[in-house]
Amino acid sequence: MTQLALVIDLNTCVGCHACVTSCKEWNTSGEAGPMVDRNPYAAEPTGTFFNRVQSFEVGNFPHTQTVHFPKSCLHCEDPPCVPVCPTGASYKRPEDGIVLVDYDKCIGCEYCSWACPYGAREIDEQQKVMKKCTLCVDRLYDQSLPEQERKPVCVLSCPTSARIYGDIHDPESEASKAINDAGGYQLMPEWGTEPANHYLPRRKVDIAIHEEDLQRVDNPLRKEDRGPRAPTTRTTLDDSTSW
Amino acid sequence: MKPALSVILLTTLIGAGQGLFLAYYSAEWFVMLSILARAQTDYSGFAAGLSFLLLAAGLLASFFHLGHPERAWRAAAMWRSSWLSREVITLPLTMLLMLGYALLKLGSYDPLVFVLGESIPIAASTLVGFCAVLALCALYVCTAMIYACLKFLRQWHSPLTVLNFILMGGASGFTLATALSAYTRDGRFAYFVGMAIFLTLAALISRFASLLRNRKLRSPSSLQSAIGVHHPTIRQLAQGAMGGSFNTRAFIHGYGASVVRLARRSFLLLAFIAPVALLQAGSETSAFLCVSAFVLQYLGLLVERWYFFIEAEHPQNIYYQMIS
Ligand code: SF4
Ligand code: SF4
Repeated sequence: MTQLALVIDLNTCVGCHACVTSCKEWNTSGEAGPMVDRNPYAAEPTGTFFNRVQSFEVGNFPHTQTVHFPKSCLHCEDPPCVPVCPTGASYKRPEDGIVLVDYDKCIGCEYCSWACPYGAREIDEQQKVMKKCTLCVDRLYDQSLPEQERKPVCVLSCPTSARIYGDIHDPESEASKAINDAGGYQLMPEWGTEPANHYLPRRKVDIAIHEEDLQRVDNPLRKEDRGPRAPTTRTTLDDSTSW
Repeated sequence: MKPALSVILLTTLIGAGQGLFLAYYSAEWFVMLSILARAQTDYSGFAAGLSFLLLAAGLLASFFHLGHPERAWRAAAMWRSSWLSREVITLPLTMLLMLGYALLKLGSYDPLVFVLGESIPIAASTLVGFCAVLALCALYVCTAMIYACLKFLRQWHSPLTVLNFILMGGASGFTLATALSAYTRDGRFAYFVGMAIFLTLAALISRFASLLRNRKLRSPSSLQSAIGVHHPTIRQLAQGAMGGSFNTRAFIHGYGASVVRLARRSFLLLAFIAPVALLQAGSETSAFLCVSAFVLQYLGLLVERWYFFIEAEHPQNIYYQMIS
């Protein structure tokens, strides 16, 4: 079974909000209609967003790091928001695991937003329906787009390539490899929602290089020296290898 | 959670309506079993009509909670998985059965269906009323399970939530029945007042138990698990919105501890202690005391339901450290 998802590299994200603005641009211009945008250029801008970037300062001054944290619907594999919906407007697609809201069925009761522990759903104050990240489902299968653009727009717009998109059930996908190789993790795993989106942790950016790493002083098999000789009294496999 | 007025009205109004029906219908059985004396004028049809109106008012209030009330009919679709959908089905069903009962009782046509045992005649209204009782019990469970089934809202995720809804709804219904009985002098006062006091005290105990339980709850989530960074010191710098968002408006109540404490004390006093004292002091001839007992209890339950929302801490608030 396919489970499309995003893998977000917190080690790379610089908090530029390119994903936020491109997400809003794509989705507000889409067929589902505009997303609320109140006071966009005034002091208290507010509105509907599918994706937001939060920033955190980790550590005690002066030993701190800033972690930028993009946050959107995680397309949980066991989404608690879906079974509670009384109308069936919220559903998880069996074919690719994307969790969607049917805006024509939604009655705006907000019950699903109570059931999502991540606060990933937002009522649209103009259309009065529940909205959330669609993983750009209207791009993924669009044959009129060039193949390399059939991806969520946030992934395409990220200048640091901090967002990886793919099928996390396919062990060969770029997303699965990133999760496995770089220690990808899920948010609030304690609730058992099995979020499909994963995050890659901060990694150490400095490495300590010791003298021994450059000069292999204590290595008896140094390349600089000649390799050991195979015993001359018997025939071994070593005869044919050169170390 | 931020309290939603329409939901507070819905749950308190229908709870009282269900309890009132239960009071008068059970009294009818006690009359049939010759435990209670037959009243000169039977007001159970009138009481069922009043229950119907209370449920209708609750239903009306609930529409104000919806973004698209014109699509409300769609909410009956997912009864297999959603308690909200189940409530949407049982509420009108209960209302329909209550209305049927009220019409049969108030009208002149109420045919005898069969005779139970030797001497208990079961009329059509008794059968319809029985179905209404089944439906209203289901409705109590559905209403409470809407909250109790959300496992992330740990303060709600408890069988005590269901017990509280049943006991508090029942208590306010029986108090209303007591007031009605004192007003109409239909001879059922003693039964109603006894049950009202008993249910109110039972509700007090179970609500107190849930208050104690919630005091001890600790969230399994933390800012560390929410963003997956393990350092013990994390400070939020930006929450992704400058003028607030749905997340900051719908989940964070923003009331200070003193307001919350005041609300807790006043609902314990208004919804439980004051009505019991008034009902104790009241008698068959003191309709005023009994009516005030109901009014105070209902106001107290409004505050209780408000507090019920305030009490519930949504894990998403972790992402909004700067406000919550
Ligand atoms: S993140 Fe929230 S809205 Fe998205 S699938 Fe999970 S529970 Fe549902
Ligand atoms: S707000 Fe819409 S999507 Fe959410 S539970 Fe209600 S009907 Fe379903």
